[in-house]
Amino acid sequence: MTVPHAPLTPQAIWAALDTVPDPEIPVVSVTDMGMVRDVQIAQDGAVTVTFTPTFSGCPALHVIRDSIGQAVRDLGAPAVEVRSTLTPPWTTDWIKEDARERLREYGIAPPAPAEDGLIQLQADATRCPRCGSFDVRMTGSFGPTLCKRLYVCDACKEPFEGFKSI
Amino acid sequence: MTAPAPLTLSETQQAALIRKLTALADDEIILAQRGGEWTGHAPILEEDIALANIAQDELGHAGLYLELRRALDGSNPDQLAFTRDAAGYTCARLVELPRGDWAFTMLRQYLYDAYEAVWLDAARQSSYVPLAEVAAKAFREERFHLQHTALWVERLALGTPESLRRTQDALNALWPHLGQLFQPVAGEAELTGDGVLPDLNAVRVRWDGLVVPHLTDRCGLTLPPAGAEQPGREQHTEHLEPLLAEMQRVARDHPDAELW
Repeated sequence: MTVPHAPLTPQAIWAALDTVPDPEIPVVSVTDMGMVRDVQIAQDGAVTVTFTPTFSGCPALHVIRDSIGQAVRDLGAPAVEVRSTLTPPWTTDWIKEDARERLREYGIAPPAPAEDGLIQLQADATRCPRCGSFDVRMTGSFGPTLCKRLYVCDACKEPFEGFKSI
Repeated sequence: MTAPAPLTLSETQQAALIRKLTALADDEIILAQRGGEWTGHAPILEEDIALANIAQDELGHAGLYLELRRALDGSNPDQLAFTRDAAGYTCARLVELPRGDWAFTMLRQYLYDAYEAVWLDAARQSSYVPLAEVAAKAFREERFHLQHTALWVERLALGTPESLRRTQDALNALWPHLGQLFQPVAGEAELTGDGVLPDLNAVRVRWDGLVVPHLTDRCGLTLPPAGAEQPGREQHTEHLEPLLAEMQRVARDHPDAELW
């Protein structure tokens, strides 16, 4: 049985994309991360979604692209094109406020505001997502995914991951 | 935002830009392969992960460059990476050298990261908008590599007499190969004149200003004398062929594979 589809609106598409999880951090969606930049519906109903990659070497990019396409097709769109853009480049500043809180609850320290300078020898202050202490040490400047670093909290003794500010 | 008038490249300019993009991508691919060789062998788990991250980022950058090339000539990035042999690769000799010890690995990555960061920083101003966009993206990622490897070079140089000796040996071995990174490819001068590509002399000056004080003042290393005349990017060391044989083996054995 085919479920009748409501007329396609940008709001409906955005709402559907709100449910597409980031494959590497499933507590946040692709829209939470600020990856979806634009949604357009043509006269004939064909949908174009523009998204921007977080890290250029992120191995999850093709999964994200496929999931976005599938979510829009599930709404009954006759054709979907998922375009990628590099401009403006993705920044962690685009991660939504409530998503930052979900990241923290999940055990990942959210990113500090991004800076655009050439070299920072001092990493931004990071707070333990578990106990809130600033008494933390970075134990690895690269984590299990391209977007994260590894830390240990000296207050509660827990290891945790922190988002890079990019 | 209003888009600037699109830059039209002549046929010779286009050919030169393709050469440059390929050279940039080739450096990234080969260095990433060398970094990947440490997987499971790095001194500590965190560094195993770090090098894998850096290698993955560099491959991402290679992908960006090869996508720019695809837009110019329709070439397939995977085919370029996995079916060209040593004679077709245009990487610098610096990245081909065997991975060596940890000091060699970190110092090479540092010297390269500094070059890439400075080059990308300048390329953000490219009059060829697609390249400016790629540079703006990759630059943000490259900063993390440089931050990481700069600290490692310092740590090794100021560590034990043994780590200092190894770091100095690595510098002596790597220094003569550096000039090649700052050598233009055929036709590059014209593109630089049009603001498409950064001026390599200016990049070199900025690189020197960043790297030399770090190596000498901060790390206490001694710079070896400058290298001799650099060969072109078509002349490779004997190390590239075995590297490609390993890197391309699966792709060549299964040319029709669609899922990996």
